[in-house]
Amino acid sequence: MSLLPCRPRGFHRGNEVYRYDEIDQRLVEERVAQFRDQTRRYLAGKLSEDDFRPLRLRNGLYIQRYAPMLRVAIPYGLLSSRQLRTLAHISRKWDRGYGHFSTRQNIQFNWPKLEDTPDILAELARVQMHAIQTSGNSVRNITTDHFAGVARDEIVDSFVWCELLRQWSTLHPEFSYLPRKFKIAVNGTAADRAATYLHDIGLHAVRNKGGTGSDGASPGGEVGFRVIVGGGMGRTPIIGHVMTEFLPWPHLLTYIEAVMRVYNRYGRRDNIHKARIKILVKALTPEQFREDVEAEWAHLKGGPSTLTAEEVRRVEGHFTRPAYVQLAGDDADYTARLASDPGFAAWAKRNVHPHKVPGYAAVTLSLKKTGVPPGDATAEQMDAVADLADRYSQAELRVSHEQNLILADVRQSGLHALWAEAKALGLATPNIGLITNIIACPGGDFCSLANAKSIPVAQAIQERFDDLDYVHDIGELDLNISGCMNSCGHHHVGHIGILGVDKNGEEWYQISIGGNQGLTRPGAPAAVGKVIGPSFAQEQIPDVIEKLIGIYLQKRESEEERFIDVVWRIGIEPFKEHVYGDANQRQERRSRSLAAA
Amino acid sequence: MATLIKDRNVVADPWLRLELSADGSLPPVPPAGDIIMPLALWQSRRKALLVRPGRIGVWLNSHEDPEAIANDLRLFGVVAVNFPTFGDGRGYSIARLLRERYGWKGELRAVGDIFRDQLFYLSSCGFNSFVLREGEDPQEALAAFGDFSEAYASSVARPLPLFRRRRPSPPPLSRAERGARTSPSPLGRRGRDEGMEGA
Repeated sequence: MSLLPCRPRGFHRGNEVYRYDEIDQRLVEERVAQFRDQTRRYLAGKLSEDDFRPLRLRNGLYIQRYAPMLRVAIPYGLLSSRQLRTLAHISRKWDRGYGHFSTRQNIQFNWPKLEDTPDILAELARVQMHAIQTSGNSVRNITTDHFAGVARDEIVDSFVWCELLRQWSTLHPEFSYLPRKFKIAVNGTAADRAATYLHDIGLHAVRNKGGTGSDGASPGGEVGFRVIVGGGMGRTPIIGHVMTEFLPWPHLLTYIEAVMRVYNRYGRRDNIHKARIKILVKALTPEQFREDVEAEWAHLKGGPSTLTAEEVRRVEGHFTRPAYVQLAGDDADYTARLASDPGFAAWAKRNVHPHKVPGYAAVTLSLKKTGVPPGDATAEQMDAVADLADRYSQAELRVSHEQNLILADVRQSGLHALWAEAKALGLATPNIGLITNIIACPGGDFCSLANAKSIPVAQAIQERFDDLDYVHDIGELDLNISGCMNSCGHHHVGHIGILGVDKNGEEWYQISIGGNQGLTRPGAPAAVGKVIGPSFAQEQIPDVIEKLIGIYLQKRESEEERFIDVVWRIGIEPFKEHVYGDANQRQERRSRSLAAA
Repeated sequence: MATLIKDRNVVADPWLRLELSADGSLPPVPPAGDIIMPLALWQSRRKALLVRPGRIGVWLNSHEDPEAIANDLRLFGVVAVNFPTFGDGRGYSIARLLRERYGWKGELRAVGDIFRDQLFYLSSCGFNSFVLREGEDPQEALAAFGDFSEAYASSVARPLPLFRRRRPSPPPLSRAERGARTSPSPLGRRGRDEGMEGA
């Protein structure tokens, strides 16, 4: 099998991104013009605040605690270095010199002026970017695995399917005023790194049996999708329900249209907290919902929205592809340096990931340095990362839902030099998959919805766990923090989850354990964490986390047994006891506090 | 006479829209003239309404099922769909069902909380007439039909999605695409490798 450049020679280097055609570009520009006019009418007093709100929201513009917040779409988390430089430029020119990469693989600017936003959008359009449907009750940015296209366990390249869905959902006339926001995730590999069971619709590519791969494991069967509907986090965390185990790919759009039409017509609109599709699926029962969808689909199946192989190939052809050099296998110099440089080896162990092409690797640049709000990057860092992407990774990068940046196509021979440069930029914290790689929403420091701050809590935990050897010994652990029930920090699916709650106007934190974002390894499906007990004050949190870790280290049977595995094996009770004392002690404490009152 | 936008022109509205009374009871029916009535009125006074002088039409509220009038459509001069609030998007689906499933070819009117920023999507979903809410200038709103020059998805206005309208035009659906039983995998490891070898 040849691994030499997979595109015709003469094709310029890099940019594994989707390139707009003339129509894609025109639609984005027309959206800028439309929004410019809406903003003009609002500022001229011709559009009321109430009328402008839903209009600005469907273009990603919130009015936040201190200033407007503009959320820019990074479709499926994929960026070219040129686009990243534009984001840096925008943050310098119209904001305060930084941006926040979100758990939805987007970027948020926290300080733009309302009247500047049309110009910002015009600047984005110049590099084929936009803020369309990054908020509001519409289909949001489609998310996927940040190792799409390079993972060894690839079934399909999910970027292509994400782009097909992006086009279908963009400015969709029927589904732009849904009961509530709508999030779709696509996973194209055997492992689920896109949290498909926790989205309104999760699509997991599968190959059915048949063709030459009659065992179902080897490629050879036809491509289809397992369709999962009604999962989600937020106030009511629910693991999604499988609607069909195998939807042949040509039917992808018509089936989704059927799901969305049932939701648009029958989803609740009387209560914002009960308006997501998960509530409808639960109320109807998944079985009834499936029947309703099938009945609707009977009218749409085989209709004009049925995808063609030609269209899939056309969209695939609009993605530029990395030009890989044919290499025999692992780079000898890389292997040698792993043995001789422990600092490099520690980084490589956590932040370097396998690649489907021999001699290449994917690298996570950590945005989780202690003391820096998770996901934040300065304009200088963005420019520097764009530069790294140009020199090491074919001018392309990805944003992960864990709020880090990924260079996906790095030659192993360049890893050591890349590490040194990333370290100098503060982007080489070797903590991917570990307790200090905290996912956190912006929280009460920025967000008007938050009950409590997230960032100082993340920082306090990172400071407590500042001994790298200890952190590595603890092993894989997802710790996620949300400042409110909207769960932008994905606390429900953290192995340890922290949720900010409001108790009589004070900020408290509820702790849950046992959540999991998805089948990232065999036998570990998506799960919602369980709350361990009454909530804590902010300053208690590092102690509580340390106690949870303490009991884990005591109970684990081997270093391979992760925190989450121990929680699932022994249940939450031993953890609870260690944190709150046993049942008798708890009773005693209650009596004492009652007596004192 | 009130005005409305019909087929992208500002015209006088010959129809009188009747609403249910505040307590939900049926409104009195004027002895003559063209009326658009709530579904409940049509369902309870059907026979009398059919012999009354003047044309009739029905309006559906956003929670009502267009199937309820599917067999009566030939009797109506207009069908309207109410948008109680701007954000209530059920009417978009109702319009598509009326056009695409129940075959309504006549005037399909959007009423309620309607202003210029919805017109493009509403017309895409099959509405061809619009009663703007009070205070909106219909002349000014006409420009909104041109907000976008193209659309990706299939709709009433563009039954073929963009990918079936690109040139050169793609072939009609093959049996394989309809049934997807025998089609080759378009992508994925095998597909990619083939592409790479071909390059």
